[in-house]
Amino acid sequence: MSGTYLGMPSFPVAAREAVNNPTLRANLRHATHTIRAKRAVAVAELADWALLREAGKQIKDRTLRHLDTLLVELEEKVTAAGGVVHWAADAEEANRIVTELVVETGEREVVKVKSMATQEIGLNEALEAAGIAAYETDLAELIVQLGEDRPSHILVPAIHRNRGEIRDIFATTMGEWGRPAPDDLTDSPAALAEAARLHLREKFLRAKVGISGANFMVAETGTLVVLESEGNGRMCLTLPETLISVVGIEKVIPSWRDLEVFLQTLPRSSTAERMNPYTSTWTGTTDSDGPKAFHLVLLDNGRTATLADEVGRQALRCIRCSACLNVCPVYERAGGHAYGSVYPGPIGAILSPQLRGTQSDIDASLPYASSLCGACYEVCPVAIDIPEVLVHLREQVAEKGGKGHRLEKTAMKAAGWILNHPAALTAGERIASKTRALHPKTVPGASAWTDSRDLPALPEQPFRDWWKKNRT
Amino acid sequence: MRVALFVTCVNDAVYPSTGIAVVKLLERLGVEVDFPPGQTCCGQPQFNTGYRRETEPLVRRMGRVFEGYDHVVTPSGSCAAMVRDNYPRIAHKGSDPQLQQVADTLVPRMYELTEFLVDVLGVTDVGAYFPHTVTYHPSCHGLRMLGLGERPRKLLEAVKGLELRDLPGAEECCGFGGTFAMKNSDVSAAMGEDKVRNAASTGAEVLCGADNSCLMHLDGLLHRQGAPQRALHLAEILASTEEEPLG
Repeated sequence: MSGTYLGMPSFPVAAREAVNNPTLRANLRHATHTIRAKRAVAVAELADWALLREAGKQIKDRTLRHLDTLLVELEEKVTAAGGVVHWAADAEEANRIVTELVVETGEREVVKVKSMATQEIGLNEALEAAGIAAYETDLAELIVQLGEDRPSHILVPAIHRNRGEIRDIFATTMGEWGRPAPDDLTDSPAALAEAARLHLREKFLRAKVGISGANFMVAETGTLVVLESEGNGRMCLTLPETLISVVGIEKVIPSWRDLEVFLQTLPRSSTAERMNPYTSTWTGTTDSDGPKAFHLVLLDNGRTATLADEVGRQALRCIRCSACLNVCPVYERAGGHAYGSVYPGPIGAILSPQLRGTQSDIDASLPYASSLCGACYEVCPVAIDIPEVLVHLREQVAEKGGKGHRLEKTAMKAAGWILNHPAALTAGERIASKTRALHPKTVPGASAWTDSRDLPALPEQPFRDWWKKNRT
Repeated sequence: MRVALFVTCVNDAVYPSTGIAVVKLLERLGVEVDFPPGQTCCGQPQFNTGYRRETEPLVRRMGRVFEGYDHVVTPSGSCAAMVRDNYPRIAHKGSDPQLQQVADTLVPRMYELTEFLVDVLGVTDVGAYFPHTVTYHPSCHGLRMLGLGERPRKLLEAVKGLELRDLPGAEECCGFGGTFAMKNSDVSAAMGEDKVRNAASTGAEVLCGADNSCLMHLDGLLHRQGAPQRALHLAEILASTEEEPLG
């Protein structure tokens, strides 16, 4: 499984591949434009959308301000309901906890509900290293897993694949993981879904351990909540004897009353549905039904560091709806893999550098992977001002003076000096205008511009000279 | 009413015709315009690239240069948005009380051209004449940060002889994005190529916008492709009259 993001090239380099791949661009364009249009219709149905958006923002902000007490309340309620709470500071600790819990059961395989948190920490790879097979049961995650691929979208991890590619993946690899695909498998959606259903059913009925994430954790009752579309999640949450949920600490909300807001905004923003088909809630354990053991692993992994940044912390409001991906013109052309993280698109561009730091090439380049058009902020159901955070993070990257930024900083300082001395600026403009006949069509160092665009011809005189001549 | 023109650095050095058009247009509407020569740049390129500290002297300069004017008008949604949205942020982060004073006093007086025409002067028919087919690209900052809404359309629709054609995917970014055009040139060009393709599909002679930086990117693509369409700033269309038509 090639799930690693280590050694990713910077965003512009990684994006070039997708920009020059017409199949990928067509797949992405079709998918994002379809869901974008549907979402707009679903959102327009609610007269109080702006109020719901504001409410969601405020609930999340209040929660983040009181995260310490809410998490303690959650731990008390989960424990009282028969669950066991584990605290994980980072990916390594979380993976160790989960691996040990699975090993204790004596099992060698687990079924998984689609979960960004476990993707973030690379849990499948950690389990594999311990000799435990982790089976993804979400259709798109299954496609990614069988294709030895990486997810490229938060909600639709296989968005970059078309039907023909999926058929080929199923036909060649399903047999290696369990029940093979039927010999006469076609690329019709119904045939593909049926092949996946039969393949997965064996795993659901055999599994003794299930692993999930959660969309929300309700502190007042210690209840976890998952919203999903396929029903595979419900199978994983009810059939196994042991259930392990790995959840980022920012997913807690105070009460069920708060949940009401997100149950309206999340499905409409993500799948453009009024309500998602399956909403599962679970609270500890019961004698009569469901798992006999329940473990909750609360994951930090850079979240408290993010919380400490007063501008950047708004990224923790994210409810992973992926509306920002679907409207982003950069994501649409660059594809999800270019972001080098399980969190692609605009939210990934602000979340990954905060969770992981900006030391690597990819993380230092992510804050610049945006034209700052603001479409992401406009659709965000919890009003994360992504452009504001991008610029804020650019400042941090530029301050550190990493690769390419030392020279840039010198240039910015020089430009700053000129712009603060209008006489120097005027002289420069005049020289540029006077020598315009001599200007080459391409300028050394400006090939990033002139590879695809012509430079404008400079005018005879700058505006300030016209003004001086004609109006003073 | 004392009105100052903030022409912007791009218009000053590269597109002076836009600044001249604004002056002629406003004078035609009876506004006495002044151009304080101490002005340079709002600092957007620096700020958006992550150089906030380098932006601070420019913020102070903007405050000083435009002190005492009732209104400051600029033919750039992007630069108006820089002042209105980002100056308060810069003031909040910086340690200098002067920055806060600039934010407090300049922000409420800064107008993008179409806002000034429609909201302050209360006109949509500016007496312009432009007998051509035009499609309008609403730049992102004007569209989302300033919320210009229908103002530019209303102004264009009132121009005599002008036929306005809807631009498919109008609200999608053209891909300029300041230093984004250089730092992520492949993605930027891909976005721009889709934009000019959509603009060409309208069959309009002119691709109009209210931000010359976006238009510089789009015109550069049109020029490279040898396309018949040309990019033109909204102000130049509005300044064009039957007596003095734009060539």
